[in-house]
Amino acid sequence: MGKSILITGGSIEGGVTSDLLIRDGVIVEIAPNISQEADEVIDASGLVLLPGFVDLHTHLREPGRENSETIATGSLAAARGGYVAVSAMANTLPVADNAAIVEQVASIGSQVGLVDVFPIGAVTKGLEGHELADLGSMAHSKARVRVFSDDGNCVSDPLMMRRALEYVKQFDGVIAQHAQDPRLTEGSQMNEGILSSTLGLKGWPAVAEESIIARDILLANMVGARLHICHVTTAGGVEIIRWAKKQGMQVTAEVTPHHLLLTDESASSYDPIFKVNPPLRTQSDVDALREGLADGTIDIVGTDHAPHPVESKECEWQNAAFGMVGLETAFPILFSTLIATGRISWKRAIEVMSSAPARIAGYENHGKALAVGEPAHIAVVDPKGTLKVDRALLASKSKNTPFHGMEFQGRVVATVFNGILTHRAEARSVSHE
Amino acid sequence: MKHLLSINDIDKEFAITILDTAAEMAKVTEGPVKKLPTLRGKTVVNLFAEDSTRTRISFEAAAKRLSADVINFTAKGSSISKGESLKDTAQTLQALGADAVVMRHPASGAAHRLAQGKWINGSVINAGDGTHEHPSQALLDAYTIRKHLAGGTGDLAGLHVVIVGDILHSRVARSNVLLLTKLGAKVTLVAPPTLLPHQVEQWPVKVSYDFNSVLPTVDAVIMLRIQQERMSDLYFPSEREYSTLFGIDAERLSLTKPGSILMHPGPMNRGLEISAEAADSEQSVVVEQVANGVSIRMAILYLFIAGSQESVNG
Repeated sequence: MGKSILITGGSIEGGVTSDLLIRDGVIVEIAPNISQEADEVIDASGLVLLPGFVDLHTHLREPGRENSETIATGSLAAARGGYVAVSAMANTLPVADNAAIVEQVASIGSQVGLVDVFPIGAVTKGLEGHELADLGSMAHSKARVRVFSDDGNCVSDPLMMRRALEYVKQFDGVIAQHAQDPRLTEGSQMNEGILSSTLGLKGWPAVAEESIIARDILLANMVGARLHICHVTTAGGVEIIRWAKKQGMQVTAEVTPHHLLLTDESASSYDPIFKVNPPLRTQSDVDALREGLADGTIDIVGTDHAPHPVESKECEWQNAAFGMVGLETAFPILFSTLIATGRISWKRAIEVMSSAPARIAGYENHGKALAVGEPAHIAVVDPKGTLKVDRALLASKSKNTPFHGMEFQGRVVATVFNGILTHRAEARSVSHE
Repeated sequence: MKHLLSINDIDKEFAITILDTAAEMAKVTEGPVKKLPTLRGKTVVNLFAEDSTRTRISFEAAAKRLSADVINFTAKGSSISKGESLKDTAQTLQALGADAVVMRHPASGAAHRLAQGKWINGSVINAGDGTHEHPSQALLDAYTIRKHLAGGTGDLAGLHVVIVGDILHSRVARSNVLLLTKLGAKVTLVAPPTLLPHQVEQWPVKVSYDFNSVLPTVDAVIMLRIQQERMSDLYFPSEREYSTLFGIDAERLSLTKPGSILMHPGPMNRGLEISAEAADSEQSVVVEQVANGVSIRMAILYLFIAGSQESVNG
């Protein structure tokens, strides 16, 4: 070990320009014109150094669906996107509802060594909603699980949700709810609105999401537990969360990059590359989500990176799988939609991409400000650089990106994880590395 | 124009061309030799991934009367029922040299996928996709209405058409709303609120829950089939109540203007949305719709495959 990296001339967290020296996985010096030799030197003039990104919502598919993604390919995709930590959702095969599976996922993650892979535990056995999963043994396992979610499914039984919220308090856990009333969304295919009516695709009403959000906020408040709302998609949901926060209730919320950008208009093509759960909503919902992220109602950006093989999307809409990959495009989308437009500051961007997800999930070594003595988790981004998305060039094993051919401003040019360079773009050109 | 996926694919002028062409086709089929050589050497595949009798045989009859070679490909017992993907099916049809694929499919947008997937070169004619559209049915309905109420020419300006029943799940209703309004007709939808699409107020139609109040001003009534399983899905309390509020019988039919017509795309549930008396009344044109369907489908195949405006008799 003892490897050192010197990053020169970058803007630290969007502020002062400085050099930054990393040794043994730790930031050892931040100063102008550091003259020390280093094993690797990155010229970061014109670039911005941010605390490495933390994703609270990642589907890595291993074990069981390695044809879509593996922990290795997903980790590489994460590194390309500037991430240093991902949270592996529990809907694997078998389901991560016990200590053995979460330890296995964490262990493979650390062997791969490109990002920290934090397993999320299932709330209920087999994600079936009938019995609580082994919450305590997962929490006390080597994987130290703190975030629990049946994501993909909603914990729809209100009593089950109450018990889960209460139970995880003993180890300061948080329940990340996939808010979707199952009865109101049987067979649903896309946002319920004028477009679903015209296209003849079964509607997915906003209220199916909002009613669960409201219910769970009230439940969590009653039992004094921590609730995290996954992928909020509706203006109404944002409003409910805003109200709850105003009352001082403990709730955090997440938005995906795709819901910050795309609308249900995409479904007009019947191309299931745009089919996702929860569905793409309307422009007014997109506007409300951006506003919510800017004003603090929504705490974090979570990718909901959901890899699927070609055949799951190359078919009729109603037969296609829900989901889209997102790790490699998350920052460019956030930059293009909110940072470049001046809607949010670098400070706020750091919160939503790094410090807030780390705090919510209890990832103690992540989300720290770039300072001497802190772990060297850094995303180096180029605000002037552009990314033209080419699905063939994605590191993810699956290529189901809805952004193919789209061009975004803001590019991740290097990622440092624990003092190791896990991603470095070849050149500061407009082409995808 | 290559594909007929939605009524949105055709403008008013072309819709009228289809109706006019169908009228020419009808003349031919009324003659002693019911066959035209127009599509000789062309291959039309009827790809029916969902059960259908009348639409399939209607397209088959239409293609045969235009001298096309017809290949029928139906769900039961075919590779589709064995889980073959739409892409693979499409590529098989491409290898067979299909000039047109007439497709019925349970998934909304399936015809769009087939046409836009770049898997085949031929025309795609949507013969009903899920709960989305059924363009040829709307065209034959417009043709039937025009023949009876607009002198068999031009558009449908000034006519009032009411569509009654399960609008929410009806591809016939969607295509008819688009086409009839395009042709200048006024359209009213009558249904219980549970069977109307979300935000239907944004469609270019009027909506009523009171069937009787609409009938005196109506020129054509289109009854939609109500599927038995809708009741278990909580859309209405009982068949009897549905029938009472939204079915048509002789008494209700008597509220219509003289000369108005009663239509149904079939198959009918006699005793549910339509009484036997109404179905067999003088105002009923249900059987004629079937005959008109063949003429319309001949016109569609001719215009979309032959692709030229040469004389029908040429």
